[in-house]
Amino acid sequence: MKYGPTVGEVLQAKGVSRRGFLKYCATTASLLALPPSMIPRIAAAIENARRPSVIWLSFQECTGCTESLTRSASPTVEGLIFDAISLDYHHTLQAAAGEQAEAARHAAMEENDGGYLVLVDGSIPTANAGYSTIAGISNVDMLMDTVKGAAAVVAIGSCAAFGGLPGADPNPTGAVGVQDLVKDKPVVNVPGCPPIPMVMTAVLAQFLTFGTIPDLDKHGRPLAFFGNTIHDRCYRRPFYEQGKFAETFDDEGAKAGWCLYKLGCKGPTTYNACATVKWNQGTSFPIESGHPCLGCSEPRFWDKGGFYQPLSTGHFGSGAKLGGAAVAGVALGVAAAAAGRRRQAKFTKEA
Amino acid sequence: MDLLEFARGPALQVAAYILVGGTLWRLIGIILLKEKPDFSEPRKSGGLPAALKVIWTRAFTADPFKKATLYPKMMAYVMHIGLFAVIFLFTPHIVFFEGWTGFDWPGLPNNVIYLLGVATVVSGIALLVRRLTSPVLKLISNFDDYFSWFVTMLPLVTGLLIPVRALFRYEDLLAIHILSVCLLLVWLPFGKLGHTFLVFITRGTTGMVFERRGAKT
Repeated sequence: MKYGPTVGEVLQAKGVSRRGFLKYCATTASLLALPPSMIPRIAAAIENARRPSVIWLSFQECTGCTESLTRSASPTVEGLIFDAISLDYHHTLQAAAGEQAEAARHAAMEENDGGYLVLVDGSIPTANAGYSTIAGISNVDMLMDTVKGAAAVVAIGSCAAFGGLPGADPNPTGAVGVQDLVKDKPVVNVPGCPPIPMVMTAVLAQFLTFGTIPDLDKHGRPLAFFGNTIHDRCYRRPFYEQGKFAETFDDEGAKAGWCLYKLGCKGPTTYNACATVKWNQGTSFPIESGHPCLGCSEPRFWDKGGFYQPLSTGHFGSGAKLGGAAVAGVALGVAAAAAGRRRQAKFTKEA
Repeated sequence: MDLLEFARGPALQVAAYILVGGTLWRLIGIILLKEKPDFSEPRKSGGLPAALKVIWTRAFTADPFKKATLYPKMMAYVMHIGLFAVIFLFTPHIVFFEGWTGFDWPGLPNNVIYLLGVATVVSGIALLVRRLTSPVLKLISNFDDYFSWFVTMLPLVTGLLIPVRALFRYEDLLAIHILSVCLLLVWLPFGKLGHTFLVFITRGTTGMVFERRGAKT
């Protein structure tokens, strides 16, 4: 293992006050549904932790997940926690290139064997190894080689978690998420397009504090953040119950902040922390800005009907098939009536 | 494909095909039947006015039976009015129909719908208890009666579980609710629930026949 400065020393050097740091620890404990008594333990663990080695692999992605974390309006403690980790390999952020970059990855793997974290953004193409390569290495090979000595893998964003946009129908590259390939290591999914920065760092904070990964839901997402739907925590929920809905994006209902269900909001079926943690330092989240939730943290959200199609709309397929069923019904009816008439005629004759 | 996608997609499609095909089969099969020959002298002309009259008068109980049938009649009214409101005046349902037909209309607040849903289930249970305890009703009831009751109540119960998030997660409850509706749609044309589209035809026919024979309707 490398023995660099502790996370606490790095944060101090960056000018993070004790108060600001403890505030972050308290928020993290609260978000992870831990009791207040755990705050000192989180603080001690993060402060004293040697900078954990992190290898960040980027595959079929748009860099939005990295942007989400690094492009905040002002430096945040979450951002600085990321600064405090030893990010030994990251395409967007590293200075090294080519063979030097790959050498850095191998060095980090050797020096921290069994203890490093692998963060992945982007989906992995499986249809043809040549669809996406880095330094001549296919994404699948790089992922499988890198996770061999990892303590855990964190899939950042919906592409890495579930295949995301590259995996949308017809999925030409055969894109899959990390969990579809990595079966022998703990995999934590932090989906979202992009995911909330606080959620990413809280997972790291838990790993630093307890050396474990958080409790996960059926899709491998941390329950502390993905345990409730957007709809359940939405401040517009009372309007849903009152039957007050915006019909268009500029009608009186929209201006009055009514429920966006009829405009296609996927909040009722979307599990994420947007409505509570919010974005841009707690400023707002998409629904607060007047746009329906797209359901970006759910598997295959691109293929679950139109973004602006209300959730309760049925998918009836082609009208031709329904017409075919109607024609078949009419034909059966005519045949049944003809048989009935024959029987009637027979009885009448007998009578 | 997850359970909700299956329910909203293939399951609903197949149920819709069976509903449309089955309803037309039964309707046309009955409408095209030959009228029974009636050789008696008609007392009155019958026709459409007689049909409409009976459709209206049969909505209420005849005087001699009012007292005896007050309880089941009230329960039946609560159940049918409740069903109508829950199906057609709940906003997510209106959105569903709009997706199908292109038409929409104003709905009731969700909380009102939840109350009506509970009242509908309670009246349904009351009617089932009566069916099970009345010796005559018990005798003339068969599988069709009980299964029709079951497939009508199931969407109501599964629908009421959604707002309270009981037993399962929202998306699973919604999928179960839609699947229960699919079961209702599949059974509707073939069992006694066929009265949904046959009730006015049968009552109208009764009205015309009775009027012709000079019966008081």
